[in-house]
Amino acid sequence: MNAVIEEHHDHDHKPGGIGRWLFSTNHKDIGSMYLWFAFLMFFIGGSLALLIRAELFQPGLQIVEPDFFNQLTTLHGLIMVFGVIMPAFVGLANWQLPMMIGAPDMALPRMNNWSFWLLPGAFGMLLASLVMSIMGMGSAPNFGWTFYAPLSTTYGPSSTDFFIFSVHLMGISSVMGAINVIATIMNMRAPGMNYMKMPIFVWTWFITAYLLIAVMPVLAGAVTMMLTDRHFGTSFFNAAGGGDPVMFQHIFWFFGHPEVYIMILPAFGIISQIVPTFSRKPLFGYSSMVYATASIAFLSFIVWAHHMFTTGMPVAGELFFMYSTMLIAVPTGVKVFNWVSTMWKGSLTFETPMLFAIAFIFLFTMGGFTGLMLCIVPADFQYHDTYFVVAHFHYVLVTGAAFSIMAAVYYWLPKWTGHMYDEKLGKLHFWLTCISSNVLFFPMHFIGLAGMPRRIPDYALQFTEFNQIATIGAFVFGFSQLIFLYLIIKCVRGGEKATSEVWEGAQGLEFELPSPAPFHSYTTPPEVK
Amino acid sequence: MTAQSESNIRNPDNRPSKNRPVIRKLLGLVLLMFGFGYALVPLYDVFCDVTGLNGKTGERIDLPVAGTIDEKRLVRVVFLASLNEAMPWEFKPQQSFIEVHPGKPTTVNYIAKNISDKDITGQAVPSVAPGLAAAYFQKTECFCFTQQALEPGEEKIMPVTFIVDTQLPANMNELYLSYTFFTSQLNNKDSSQSIALSLHNQDQKL
Repeated sequence: MNAVIEEHHDHDHKPGGIGRWLFSTNHKDIGSMYLWFAFLMFFIGGSLALLIRAELFQPGLQIVEPDFFNQLTTLHGLIMVFGVIMPAFVGLANWQLPMMIGAPDMALPRMNNWSFWLLPGAFGMLLASLVMSIMGMGSAPNFGWTFYAPLSTTYGPSSTDFFIFSVHLMGISSVMGAINVIATIMNMRAPGMNYMKMPIFVWTWFITAYLLIAVMPVLAGAVTMMLTDRHFGTSFFNAAGGGDPVMFQHIFWFFGHPEVYIMILPAFGIISQIVPTFSRKPLFGYSSMVYATASIAFLSFIVWAHHMFTTGMPVAGELFFMYSTMLIAVPTGVKVFNWVSTMWKGSLTFETPMLFAIAFIFLFTMGGFTGLMLCIVPADFQYHDTYFVVAHFHYVLVTGAAFSIMAAVYYWLPKWTGHMYDEKLGKLHFWLTCISSNVLFFPMHFIGLAGMPRRIPDYALQFTEFNQIATIGAFVFGFSQLIFLYLIIKCVRGGEKATSEVWEGAQGLEFELPSPAPFHSYTTPPEVK
Repeated sequence: MTAQSESNIRNPDNRPSKNRPVIRKLLGLVLLMFGFGYALVPLYDVFCDVTGLNGKTGERIDLPVAGTIDEKRLVRVVFLASLNEAMPWEFKPQQSFIEVHPGKPTTVNYIAKNISDKDITGQAVPSVAPGLAAAYFQKTECFCFTQQALEPGEEKIMPVTFIVDTQLPANMNELYLSYTFFTSQLNNKDSSQSIALSLHNQDQKL
């Protein structure tokens, strides 16, 4: 019986043409679609960012009107958070989880298909508002990605409703993806793989999935309240009707802070896979890594109001949120310590994934440190809503989360395609990306400390030089990503054959499968000792 | 063949699916958290009430028949008035401050005038600073308990009667009572939208 089934699988019965993608229930095809979708959104969101930076090259208004500038910052933020980082991580989870735990596929393949195909609808709707705005029909959402009430309720443009329903769809998609991840990890691990033997990437995604399930519904609730405030006469956030706009910020950040860990925990997992491979040593402190991830997830629920220190909180509240935020540095420090210790006395080589991983460790830690500065209440009153904040979250999201995604793509691309990527091009991409992102984001610390507010299209003369440096960095960074696109296409189309191990001494079940990995990963579960 | 072999790959022994209970629990969690988002609304109010944070003053209380008056202590209450957005009213207190003995009911007047050519209904929202003093500031009569409607050009005196609690902590000798008038959304949907629109237009003119 077994032999018969296996014979069938060598045929990889997949429908041809577009049907293969529209009706796909295969974790690899869906993973690829997620990743390509994220890549497309990366270029769209990036183009918006380049428009922003071009406008900020000089003081005064050159390219865009202030109201359109606000739409650019809003959509840039929304697309990068919900359209790039999150789908890219879900794509990586789809590709890797079944291979890493020795399963044939995800546990809920049809739901997997649906959760992907909701995304083009969601972002089509969101981007439609921008297209309409460019064509002169009203304004796209212009209240910032945090959509604070009453900016988004009383003063929101008509397209806010597009935004609301698009967030609903994204939320449903994320929640279904998370349910799938949890069901897969709980039920489909190979015999012998108990929880404390799972690869760290699997662990971080397991915890991330719980975070998604806990907070995406709260976001859905927040936008639903907005919707009823706008159209059905409720007053959740309207002071005249007994509501409170500050409460919006509490609800939003109750979602928002766990959300930022949703965007970084899988990154921690990726780095914890890559660093041991290229150090040729097992990961230092596996169990402390697991516990640190769990503690960060727990702490993420009790720190949200550090985004709101200037709203007029009582001192006791400010102190609580300041200390609990500082506490996060402890488990995060454990992780950084473990990565460095893994490298310590290892026989290191510096292939592109390792370069991105090391850049991640260094630059993410810098973003973490500016986070610590921001959590100090008296200092935050100066930093709040300045470019210092912009510098902080771009260090953790671009040189943090985005770098980890690039590292993961380089690390697993040979496994996915069966070909080695062009190492020379990869190194070129890394150095251009790494240097330009620092040219882009580092000066923002200085202009922020000097008092330049975020989300403004015009600024005082003394900020000109640093803004120009940042803009130059932005354009180099943006165009360097075309190398990445070219490299991936080249690798998909051909190249040196990859071995099943891909990297010398690489550990993990995914490296026991041949490269490219078969359509159904482990049709007979491997034995894990 | 497809359906058959697909189900066999994922479930080689044809055991009852282990996924169902997991999905059921997780969907329950999703519903719970959606509800929790809404529960944050009353929880927020309760939290502010219990802790006295946010400067929210309490509901109307009945005038005490014979309360104790702390003759030895004088507390200064400063009155502030502001209008939300571009509300076309004039609104100010008749006196900028008063010194009262804790426990003694005191009445002061605010004056509001509609300077537009339209009927406008407003709702005043009170706030006390420092926030922790809000729990010791009680109102027996206030124009903020109901909505106030003014015809074009109409001027109205709006009284508020309050008692500063004798339990007011000794380190608080000055309280700030602030009222902000909002255009009532329910009765003036059009006017509030036209204000929003005019602000939006101002943005575009920038």
